[in-house]
Amino acid sequence: MRERDDIAIKGTRQGLLIALGEGPWEAQVDALARRLEKGAAFFRGGRAALDVGPRPLNESQIRQARDLLARYEVDLWAVQSTADATILATVRLGLSPILGPEAAAGDTGPLREGKETPAPPAGGLVVERTVRSGQRIEHPGDVIIIGDVHAGAEIIAGRHVIVWGKLHGVVHAGALGDERAVVCALDLAPTQLRIADHIARSPEERRRRPVPEMARVHKGRIEAVPWPHR
Amino acid sequence: MSARVVTITSGKGGVGKTTVTANLGVALAMRGQRVVTIDADIGLRNLDVMLGLENRIVYDLVDVVEGRCRLRQALVRDKRLQELYLLPAAQTRDKSAVRAEDMVRVCDELRESFDFLLVDSPAGIEQGFRNAVAPADEVFIVTNPEVAAVRDADRVIGLIEAEGKGPARLIINRLKPELVRRGDMLDTSAVIELLAIDLIGIVPEDETVIVAANTGRPVAFTDNSPAGRAFHNIARRMLGEEVPFAPLKEPGFLERFFRWMRAEGEEQR
Repeated sequence: MRERDDIAIKGTRQGLLIALGEGPWEAQVDALARRLEKGAAFFRGGRAALDVGPRPLNESQIRQARDLLARYEVDLWAVQSTADATILATVRLGLSPILGPEAAAGDTGPLREGKETPAPPAGGLVVERTVRSGQRIEHPGDVIIIGDVHAGAEIIAGRHVIVWGKLHGVVHAGALGDERAVVCALDLAPTQLRIADHIARSPEERRRRPVPEMARVHKGRIEAVPWPHR
Repeated sequence: MSARVVTITSGKGGVGKTTVTANLGVALAMRGQRVVTIDADIGLRNLDVMLGLENRIVYDLVDVVEGRCRLRQALVRDKRLQELYLLPAAQTRDKSAVRAEDMVRVCDELRESFDFLLVDSPAGIEQGFRNAVAPADEVFIVTNPEVAAVRDADRVIGLIEAEGKGPARLIINRLKPELVRRGDMLDTSAVIELLAIDLIGIVPEDETVIVAANTGRPVAFTDNSPAGRAFHNIARRMLGEEVPFAPLKEPGFLERFFRWMRAEGEEQR
């Protein structure tokens, strides 16, 4: 049997980053299984992100990789890919998506570093479901949620965040330093709301009848205004 | 005939998964269903104690998985109900002794001879939970009307959806109507609004449940306790009966009016 494969494994601050090589998915999974078998003691108890490159993967394929890693007691927490299908499947499985190769180093934290970074030319990510506690959606461009964002969930966007539903989780718009980013929701009651470097909490008392609101940075502070303006 | 595999899970510990599993097993068996309750909490088994069957265990789930006995030999028959069985967990091992594939295989083997397999999941979201959910056709989430329990339930519902096992249904356990009336406890509608899933049962707080757990005689054996009745109502819903949810607070005038409006509207359709 060929001993060599093109799987690259490196350590980052957030755990291991396992980068699969090119070639068919099944072959790469087999190669990963052999690597895990050989180094079982090394992997045990760790957490890992999987870099699958531009491959479009479905949920069951990602689940297959997750279960394989779980067998060696490795917790798969994130999948990195440049394919939209893979990102969507990752989100649906409740894992964290990491976009593009620039996050590969991982040791600086994928987003929210350095204000001087110009906003990357990224499109929008549309998520059509309820985002539940423990689920995290991270995207360098705009994030649009059609559904509710429950308390305990996190939305982190390089630009705007728009929620067509209730927003009760933690939200960070303009996470790369863009102060012009806004957060809009039909019921804007986040646990915590951040825009660029600014942080705000929702008022303690809940409104009886929520109205759509937009939060933005105005004169150095986050303020929420009802939508539409009166 | 093929059994329905129902996994009972929660995320947070101590909300009453095992109590729910034991009582639903009893309630279903009393309605003539052939039921196996499966304790998937390897290393921290409790279901046998709640059912009062601890001293009858010879083999357990891990013995089956590791081939030390046949599946039939590990099943413990209830001393009161002919059609209620327990597949106990091992107490001396841990969760890594069983894999998800093993749970699926064991359940598939039991499917032919029974109507319901009720899997009692361990707390948490780790491998033990994954094992318990792997064979499930349906998942029931148990929660208490408390913010922390509801938050964990939400997390678990998300994981169940991701596994393609959804939509899960909700059991609200240990509801205290008096506290709800005073506005000191989340009420049913608040919990459902927070979690956005369907309800299958509401079990009120009931001291007899604790006594029952200690004596190995689940409350569902008698029909005269509020919790016992609630478990029988869940069993009836599982069997396809329409059982209305008992109102836990008096509906106000507007609520009654809207209900009446809705009923009128449905009749006209």
